[in-house]
Amino acid sequence: MSKYSIHLLVCGGTSCHSAESDVVVCNLRDEIEAKGLSDKVQVITTGCFGFCGKGPIVKVMPDNIIYVQVKPEDAQTIVEEHVVKGRKVERLLYRDPKSNEIIGDSKHMSVFKKQLRIVLRNCGVINPENIDEYIARDGYQALGKALTEMKPEQVIKVVKDSGQRGRGGAGFPTGLKWEIASKNKADQKYVVCNADEGDPGAFMDRSVLEGDPHSVLEAMAICGYSIGASEGLIYVRAEYPMAIHRLKIAINQAHEYGLLGKDILGTGFNFDITLRYGAGAFVCGEETALIHSMEGLRGEPTIKPPFPAQSGYLGKPTNVNNVETFAAIPVIILKGAEWFSKIGTEKSKGTKVFALAGKINNVGLIEVPMGTTLREIIFQIGGGIRNGKKFKAVQTGGPSGGCLTEKHLDMPIDFDNLIAAGSMMGSGGMIVMDEDNCMVSVAKFFLDFTVDESCGKCAPCRIGNKRLHELLARICDGKGIPEDLDRLRNMSQVIKDTSLCGLGQSSPNPVLSTLDNFMNEYEAHVKDKKCPAGECKNLMEYVINAENCVGCTACARVCPVNAISGQRKEVHHIDPAICIKCGACKEKCKFDAIFIR
Amino acid sequence: METIKLTIDNKEVEVPNGTTIQKAAKKLGIDIPILCYMELKDMNIENKPGGCRICVVEVQKRRNLAPSCSTNCEEGMVVLTHTPRVLNARRTVMEFILSDHPKDCLVCAKSGNCELQSMAHRLGIRDIPGQEYAAMSTYRKDFSPSIIRDLDKCIMCRRCETMCNTVQTVGALSAVNRGFMAAVAPAFEQNLEFSTCTYCGQCVAVCPTGALTEVNHVPNVLRALADPTKTVIVQTAPAVRAALGEMFGMKPGTLVTGKMVTALRSLGFDYIFDTDFAADLTIMEEGTELLDRLNRHLKGDKTARMPILTSCCPGWVNFFEEYFPDLKEVPSTAKSPQQMFGAIAKTYFADKIKVDRKDLVVVSIMPCLAKKYECQREEFSTEGNRDVDFSISTRELGEFIKQANIDLNNLQEGEFDDPLGESTGAGVIFGTTGGVIEAAVRTAYELQTGKKLERLDFTELRGFEGVRSATIDFNGLPINIGIAHGLGNARKLLDDVRSGKSQFHAIEVMACPGGCIGGGGQPLHHGDSEIIKARAAAIYAEDKSKPIRKSHENPFIIKLYKEFLGKPNSEKAHHLLHTKYFDKKKKIIVKQ
Repeated sequence: MSKYSIHLLVCGGTSCHSAESDVVVCNLRDEIEAKGLSDKVQVITTGCFGFCGKGPIVKVMPDNIIYVQVKPEDAQTIVEEHVVKGRKVERLLYRDPKSNEIIGDSKHMSVFKKQLRIVLRNCGVINPENIDEYIARDGYQALGKALTEMKPEQVIKVVKDSGQRGRGGAGFPTGLKWEIASKNKADQKYVVCNADEGDPGAFMDRSVLEGDPHSVLEAMAICGYSIGASEGLIYVRAEYPMAIHRLKIAINQAHEYGLLGKDILGTGFNFDITLRYGAGAFVCGEETALIHSMEGLRGEPTIKPPFPAQSGYLGKPTNVNNVETFAAIPVIILKGAEWFSKIGTEKSKGTKVFALAGKINNVGLIEVPMGTTLREIIFQIGGGIRNGKKFKAVQTGGPSGGCLTEKHLDMPIDFDNLIAAGSMMGSGGMIVMDEDNCMVSVAKFFLDFTVDESCGKCAPCRIGNKRLHELLARICDGKGIPEDLDRLRNMSQVIKDTSLCGLGQSSPNPVLSTLDNFMNEYEAHVKDKKCPAGECKNLMEYVINAENCVGCTACARVCPVNAISGQRKEVHHIDPAICIKCGACKEKCKFDAIFIR
Repeated sequence: METIKLTIDNKEVEVPNGTTIQKAAKKLGIDIPILCYMELKDMNIENKPGGCRICVVEVQKRRNLAPSCSTNCEEGMVVLTHTPRVLNARRTVMEFILSDHPKDCLVCAKSGNCELQSMAHRLGIRDIPGQEYAAMSTYRKDFSPSIIRDLDKCIMCRRCETMCNTVQTVGALSAVNRGFMAAVAPAFEQNLEFSTCTYCGQCVAVCPTGALTEVNHVPNVLRALADPTKTVIVQTAPAVRAALGEMFGMKPGTLVTGKMVTALRSLGFDYIFDTDFAADLTIMEEGTELLDRLNRHLKGDKTARMPILTSCCPGWVNFFEEYFPDLKEVPSTAKSPQQMFGAIAKTYFADKIKVDRKDLVVVSIMPCLAKKYECQREEFSTEGNRDVDFSISTRELGEFIKQANIDLNNLQEGEFDDPLGESTGAGVIFGTTGGVIEAAVRTAYELQTGKKLERLDFTELRGFEGVRSATIDFNGLPINIGIAHGLGNARKLLDDVRSGKSQFHAIEVMACPGGCIGGGGQPLHHGDSEIIKARAAAIYAEDKSKPIRKSHENPFIIKLYKEFLGKPNSEKAHHLLHTKYFDKKKKIIVKQ
């Protein structure tokens, strides 16, 4: 990279790409060429920076300056001002939402300050379509080390000793999983990478595949070596075209370099990787369902045992790990188990990537050591709640995680603490809610997803979740009765207790955790027929305050359903039977005469 | 074998490694309710999706409840099967299942014989909370010539899928759609009629609810009986008499041949005949065809293809027309006994009693649902008039008898009518796997060798192994015989025929596990294979009790050839008693 004095790193992740970062790249290149700087300045499309809410991101190296929300037309300014004249373009710099201070250097931005990037080490740093850049950052060294210096059991020992646990959700010790697969004798074994990322709002796997695909390929080869498998399969959802595109390029390049295929690095070890596309069913993230889907069967789970390590893909021992789990493996092999196990908490080692979403300032992808508190994540890295509103809850672990509250903010996050608190790690989604969110609606929202995504195999998940959803909908509609709350709890517990796979065993978590933490809100719905957060439309009424109303008729004119009546200069009236609670009148009224009851 | 010790409900039990909790509990006399699980012991049939979650139990140190049907015992396991937690879970799950099930038991074909109904009763369900606002998953009804699918009643036990895919390898049914709208349907959600379905009816035979039922032809039969211008005659298949009694509380394996005849007479049928007669006729035709092909083959005639395959099972015929149309010249051209009977009844017998075939209604009582389709095949009718007008199953007959307030238990033994009611022991054993080929051997041996057969019981051809083979000595000429029951087993033999590896001279295939005694139209076995075995024993007992046990010795068969057909495989016999097969391989057309 020494040939160039300036590097412009442009995020090419899906999020920034959809905001035309590819055009930004073209425009930057055109400008640089026009200025005759092509031999001094290089524009590189990288993977995700994780600062998705402020994309497209352009980072200028070596100055370490980050430009946010860059539009194609800004390319000219960046080149003219920053590249040519060395002056920062202030209007494109990040403004801290709390202090309102402008921060250019990424090292000083709160969103990056607290992060420790192991899994995302290369995302936003290298060009994922260029294997040389991966190799320049120690890529494939771990594979070389494993193949030439270590026996398979030594590799497994390092992974075991590192304390790495599966990042797919359940947190099963990775080394142990490898060990079980290695001990099962078979003529053929398989390494499967679970890239069927299904949690809404979670996109760490996609970002890794888009930003650093070789890290996954390298790890799969290492895994193959340690368990005695010569074939790897990546089950990636077809909705991730960019990830697929980059994986294909990466696999081809690895082949060209002899890092995949026959006789890798002259060691006699053969390993190849093929892609399998998922059709977007959430349940296919469950490993047995995923395997059935790869086999061309209906993607639905089967009872374990047998575990995939005993009888998996085509009945052969199969090791299934998630993308994030794999991505950390090369670093663990290179830096050692001790280094990795020093990061994190007693039972959860290393770092975890979280996808921050919801009512939070810094929406995006972050990686922090296990044991970081929710407060640090939400208020420091996440920049706090949007529009200065009050924090109410955070849903962790995707749609079947639980909602945690104020009292959980200082809890160090790891696998076990989250479960103890009634939630789970899941894939690492975090959806932040503020005072305007009705927790009954939130539970209903998540159930909506699991009802849709249940495969339908077992009765409690297929029908029970539907019934839970119906009951929540009734409560939100004001048709709930106090006894419904007991029924909700009983149904939830039975669904958890009797469902076949992880989907049903966790789908009632949003209901149970909101019942535990926000009982008062449920009671308000069923007893007082009120939604304290003001989100449930059927539980609110728009009313005109006679004292403030001047009879200007503005509200009546804007009402789309003619629910407002009244003569000019007389107090108006809203007919609740007609009103659809769209809120247009309240917005229009200049006299604060309309309020919600 | 390695054994495991565990405790269930505070009682210790030792079981072989690999035993499920449910079976270990059974050993202790603990009855854990099961719904979706089904096993036909010794027949290699098991449905174990672990889907209904009714059989859950508490296992110490396990986070959630374990499905006892599909959780294996482990050393030192502590299991509790009826704790409040378990009972509450079972009840709640049952309420879920019932909340998505129609409550029209009054007019449901399975009412009184429905496993869901019994389970609801057993678990003490009195009402379903929230039913008034619970949405129901609905699916269009599908009517085929043999089977009705009413998926509103489906509880996703997946038994039909296991039968159709794993056992029969027909692959007509599999789960489609997700979650609440999940259903079991043919590919592309086609109707059954346009799928690869063979109408073997094994899906119906195992369905715990009214989701899969036979097309009911009793109303049609009743109308014919009530019509004074019609002469209504009935034929009864051999497997029916060995199972009908079960519907009247009799022990499985009770033969009710004579009582059944009396019941049919009381129902108003004008003549009661026996399909066994037609079975004897089938042996004459098929046996002669076999010997003809065999002798030409032995003489080196390349056009004489070996092996010959039996063709009396309509599910089997549908199967090879769908999956092995390239082999459609291999099976015997002999029609099934049902259709031979129809052809003779509407010609020879109609002439005899001087009734126009249009006024003669032929009803068959069959253990089979594919027979409903078979009698509707175009090639089996003359000028739009079917040889066999209606085929009703054993189950339908049982219900019909009950409707007419006939108490089968207390009926006198009746006798079949002449001339199409006389049969031999060979005709009877058509009802069980191995029986057709045994009957064929009894006749073919004597016709081929010219010697009297001393030993009539070919036990080497009997049993329940899915694929069986035996070599029968035809006076120095070894004849290799293959037998398969269940279409999955048949497929194995057919694959060998296709690849030229098959060494058999003759192969008998019956589509249903156990043969016709396990047919899709029989009284429901509810997963008890002992019932099917008892029916087989009854069939062999009836054979043994018959004075004549070889088809070619049936005096009425001899008379029929003399008066009407000439000799086996004559031109007239060919015209009336033989058929041809069609390429029915489904072509899937995806509309753009």
